[in-house]
Amino acid sequence: MRIHQVFEALLSSGKKALIPYITAGDPDLAVTEAAVLAMDQAGADIIELGVPYSDPLADGIVIQRAFQRALEAGTNIHKVLDLVESLQGRIKAPWALLVYFNPVYQYGIENFIARCAAAGVTGLIIPDLPLEERTELQRTLEDRSCPLDLIPLVAPTSGERISRVVAGATGFVYAISSKGVTGVRKQFAEDLESFIGQIRAATNLPIALGFGIGDVETVARIKHLVDGVILGSVLVKMIENAATKDEVVEQVSSFIRALRIELGCG
Amino acid sequence: MSTVVRESRFGMFGGQYVPETLMNALIDLENEYKKCLVDPEFWAEYQYYLREYSGRPTPLYFAANLTKALGGGRVYLKREDLNHTGAHKINNVIGQVLLAKRMGIQRIIAETGAGQHGVATATICAMMSLKCEVYMGAEDVKRQELNVFRMELLGAKVNPVNSGTRTLKDATNEAIRDWVANVDDTFYVIGSVVGPHPYPSMVRDFQRIIGDEVKEQIMALEGCLPDYLVACVGGGSNAMGLFYPFIDAPGVKLCGVEAAGLGLDTDKHAASICKGSPGVLHGMMTLLLQNGEGQILPVHSISAGLDYPGVGPEHAYLYQTGRAQYAAVTDYEALHAFEFLARTEGIIPALESAHAIAYVQKLAPKTSKDALIVVNLSGRGDKDVYTAAEAMKPGQSEAENMKAGDLE
Repeated sequence: MRIHQVFEALLSSGKKALIPYITAGDPDLAVTEAAVLAMDQAGADIIELGVPYSDPLADGIVIQRAFQRALEAGTNIHKVLDLVESLQGRIKAPWALLVYFNPVYQYGIENFIARCAAAGVTGLIIPDLPLEERTELQRTLEDRSCPLDLIPLVAPTSGERISRVVAGATGFVYAISSKGVTGVRKQFAEDLESFIGQIRAATNLPIALGFGIGDVETVARIKHLVDGVILGSVLVKMIENAATKDEVVEQVSSFIRALRIELGCG
Repeated sequence: MSTVVRESRFGMFGGQYVPETLMNALIDLENEYKKCLVDPEFWAEYQYYLREYSGRPTPLYFAANLTKALGGGRVYLKREDLNHTGAHKINNVIGQVLLAKRMGIQRIIAETGAGQHGVATATICAMMSLKCEVYMGAEDVKRQELNVFRMELLGAKVNPVNSGTRTLKDATNEAIRDWVANVDDTFYVIGSVVGPHPYPSMVRDFQRIIGDEVKEQIMALEGCLPDYLVACVGGGSNAMGLFYPFIDAPGVKLCGVEAAGLGLDTDKHAASICKGSPGVLHGMMTLLLQNGEGQILPVHSISAGLDYPGVGPEHAYLYQTGRAQYAAVTDYEALHAFEFLARTEGIIPALESAHAIAYVQKLAPKTSKDALIVVNLSGRGDKDVYTAAEAMKPGQSEAENMKAGDLE
């Protein structure tokens, strides 16, 4: 299933998209596999999987540490894509891959896109590839008519850039809740409502809010504004604190179930 | 489309690979900087502080003893070590902080490796009454205790960085993260010709004073342009500042000197141009030391200022087009040059600058007596005497072991 189809199905039944994020290979790929299956079963709509990177400048300390653990465990982009491929048919949620640009560039843009498509990745989130630098990747996607969305990120500081950032985009718009890097926080942009309104005025694409959302209460507070929510650091922290794979599965499942109820289930 | 020349690039290198949150701040910075470029008042103020506060122009000193000892061309030292705070770094900091003031920004952040750029930034912030926070890798905080004290003495807050390799690369990541979170009221003073556009061009423009002065001085002293310009390259700001005014003079050979650490055939060096490949780090496309999967590799140099896995994108471009040549010298060669310059000229160079001297030790004997060689003495060596003393202890250091190995 493509990402836009997920949103269409949810919106038509009055529900919001639940998009959990975890880092591939943290602490190893077996735990990642178990966590992904658990999140899918507990009601995740799209699974965002992070490819570990040595220099993640858009990420806070929790995800930085996860990247470090994953790299130390020998995780690399090839193994991540192999895992994604091996789960084809076993999970119903489509994949969005969070990847910094340098690993993509080293893979070769053409090859990377081809490999992602073959593995069943449906969306790419590249936090250090702004509008100004995305032309080549976007053109490659279009030329090969790949079933792959390059998810645009929009920030509270984007202002008049918003319309250009979302122009021609597919999938959904990733709205960054506040200035800063990833990591759970209580305060979002002062004027979240008008920020989301600016994005709505510029595009018909669904909007998912991410960065800093850490609990069910926050989700309850902001869900009316957007079409989906992205939760990362809170899950990564759960994985960091869990002693065993079973504990990861148990905690992640129960958190996702609680979020699912909040965002509409069935 | 690919033939369109983009202002943000040097050939394929440069660009703006940063989170969307920073894009408008970079655009504002670029616009304001473009206004400054054509504003004589801005440059008059910049010149004023360079002259009255930092002590410019720095001398172009004819190193008679060095010239004689090497037995080749005439060697001149551009004495950037005589700047206030002891290195060329302050040229750039004065420019950027004046720009920040003009934009009405009161909070300054910076990254630092050994601490030279951090000290320069803390100094100018103290003088201009601005709040200053410096990010420094926890490893470097340990190694450069004295510079940490200096920055704190000057009123700056030093934030140790514990992520990644705990060195300059990670301090830079952390400074960028701070900027992402505080983009409305914070100016990020980058210390070298690195980072996203417009930093590489802007820092170069604030450092070209080095080359501009050299041009005037050498014409007055010798009546012609030099044959060789030599400078060490970590991020590459002192080299870019020296080279830039001579780029259109094809007779002037530009030589950048990287850190070969324990040797280019080991994995302990920091020679991003000699051994690197194109990739993206700290917002720029440049030459990087990385593995096949795009993970940035740990680097090594005895000189903390050269201990960086990337290089300014304009250097990558000068290398690619062949306009500049880049070589690398080892820790051991740099230490030897450190001592050599102290003994021949009574000048203790920074270990960074000692790399350039080491290269001149190889280059000068191969040149004719009338060749003119200008080497940028980018900083003074006081900060390095402890490191050098440790490394020169017999059997104590990797460099010394290497020396022993060489003799076997």
